[in-house]
Amino acid sequence: MTTQHQLQGFARPDDFYADLLAAHEGLTKSESDALNARLILLLAAQIGDGEALKDCLKRAKAVG
Amino acid sequence: MSKIFETPLYPYVRSVDQDAGEPVRHPVIIVGAGPVGLAVAIDLAQQGVPVVVLDENDKVSFGSRAICFSKRTLEIMDRLGCGDAYVNKGVLWNVGKVFFGDRKVYDFNLLPEDGHKRPAFINLQQYYCELFLVERLRDLQAEGRPIEIRGNSKVSGVESRAGGCRITVATPDGPYDLACDWLIACDGAGSPVRRMMGLDFIGRVFEDNFLIADVTMKADFPTERWFWFDPPFNKGQSALLHKQPDGVWRIDLQLGWDIDKEAEKQPERVIPRLKQMLGEEVEFDLEWVSIYTFQCRRMEKFRHGRVLFAGDSAHQVSPFGARGANSGFQDAENLVWKLKLVLDGKAPESLLDSYDQERVFAADENILNSSRSTDFITPKSEISRIFRDAVLDLSETESFARPLVNSGRLSMPAVYDGSPLNGADGAELPVRTRPGAPAVDAPLAGGWLIDRLGGSFQLLGIGCKVPDSLTLCGIEVRGLGVAEPGEALAARYLGEAPQAVYLLRPDQHIAARWTGFDQDEVDKALRRALGISEQDQAGEA
Ligand SMILES: Cc1cc2nc3c(=O)[nH]c(=O)nc-3n(C[C@H](O)[C@H](O)[C@H](O)COP(=O)(O)OP(=O)(O)OC[C@H]3O[C@@H](n4cnc5c(N)ncnc54)[C@H](O)[C@@H]3O)c2cc1C
Repeated sequence: MTTQHQLQGFARPDDFYADLLAAHEGLTKSESDALNARLILLLAAQIGDGEALKDCLKRAKAVG
Repeated sequence: MSKIFETPLYPYVRSVDQDAGEPVRHPVIIVGAGPVGLAVAIDLAQQGVPVVVLDENDKVSFGSRAICFSKRTLEIMDRLGCGDAYVNKGVLWNVGKVFFGDRKVYDFNLLPEDGHKRPAFINLQQYYCELFLVERLRDLQAEGRPIEIRGNSKVSGVESRAGGCRITVATPDGPYDLACDWLIACDGAGSPVRRMMGLDFIGRVFEDNFLIADVTMKADFPTERWFWFDPPFNKGQSALLHKQPDGVWRIDLQLGWDIDKEAEKQPERVIPRLKQMLGEEVEFDLEWVSIYTFQCRRMEKFRHGRVLFAGDSAHQVSPFGARGANSGFQDAENLVWKLKLVLDGKAPESLLDSYDQERVFAADENILNSSRSTDFITPKSEISRIFRDAVLDLSETESFARPLVNSGRLSMPAVYDGSPLNGADGAELPVRTRPGAPAVDAPLAGGWLIDRLGGSFQLLGIGCKVPDSLTLCGIEVRGLGVAEPGEALAARYLGEAPQAVYLLRPDQHIAARWTGFDQDEVDKALRRALGISEQDQAGEA
């Protein structure tokens, strides 16, 4: 497992997931893509730490 | 071979009521001898309330239906005298596997919390669940309890009046009328009582079809829960494999809503799919195949004057999370103590409105949970499919993603937050045992806390003395003192506090709690839990 950086995880995973989908409800695909881009930037700013962000990028690319 | 669900368990017998000339009046009549109707009947009879159960046939529910029964159900069954029968017959499992497309993404072990008498849940065929309830009902009859079950007695007319109901019962000898003070409609999702009263379901409605297959394996096969998202043998849908008693495995294949049910049921169609699922080399016999249609919705109100709806007649959920029968049993336990106190004249009739409030709240929680599972399993839009697939892809290596994987959240009992029956909440006591929550089990010297609770109002004093017995508002409140709590009990009921006093309702839910004993406070909380006084304020410490 590639867990160099300890992630915080979710306190209420189902609530988060429902909120996430609700934010996208009614949007076209390109509107959703734009929302996702803004969201990624906001979340990245929330994390801040450069090493942690690099690690996330690597882990996201390793899958799929 | 005669199956349990083909055997008449309560064949029609002519009742003296049919020859009475006038409609005979009963305090409580229950329509429907499914799991919920039987549970309500047994609970009432155990408390000395005479009940008559009417069912349109004379057998347990046909074929294969519910299989997962939760810990809360087992605790309720303990109180109804069936817990051991359920657990002794039921199957326990801990390992689950999750598949996505053609690969396994991860497996998990449930690792249930220690210090509980009953497991998180068991798998048991619904026909056993009902059979054990009927057997318990027969035992109560043998003890002379006032409980009666009438088979082939179909309720064909309902007239709701101010002080009760008048119903018509169709039998092989023709129809007869009965009167009752209270009618409990446990007549299932298609509820004829609901229809005859012109009431209907509201809420988010969606429909799905499931193919249910029971198979027996010819060789060993693991006792695990396997769940597939978007498998090659059921493209775009889900599949579930689960172990039941008697060497039977249950397979649920989600089919979507626009399908040809007859064609899907044919063995030529089913067997190749199952082979793809289980592996070509696995030999099995097909025991049962059927297709069920599910909807997700509830009645607007569960109480309509003297008619109370419980179980599937009041609410329906999709099967993800096993919330149908499990929540129906919680309806039953919530309803019975209130009805008993109202019948005894110890609580106002309006106490039964809290049945509606608390169980509508619970039904909404169940519908929300099963809707979320459905949204995860069957994404509604391209973007939700992208997120769903991202979660599943990540789940293979990233443990953080696994809590997002939603193949059905295990049925947990509702905590009645905000209920008008909740009283004081002592500051800094643990969240999980707050007012409205069901008691959390813990080991006690020589047994279990849960076995010492229920059936009446009770005071639980932990590290603090409480009277053995108190009479308040004409009701006996029994006391249970635990001078030296064990680790689990202290963690679950005290937290950082040195001592605590809990007031519990007859359904083992917590009514109020304090960090010391004060009889006036108990009196106030009891009134509130009985729906007597409106002046009290919730949330005081
Ligand atoms: C495939 C499947 C899988 C499921 N899995 C689970 C699970 O794992 N866990 C879970 O908790 N739940 C599950 N459920 C749901 C569960 O089966 C139901 O929630 C449960 O049976 C509801 O019980 P009930 O007593 O309310 O209604 P029912 O079991 O439907 O009983 C209603 C009774 O009323 C009687 N009746 C109807 N009309 C009349 C009338 N006019 N007069 C007299 N009697 C009448 C019927 O004969 C019947 O006996 C599943 C359901 C299905 C179909």
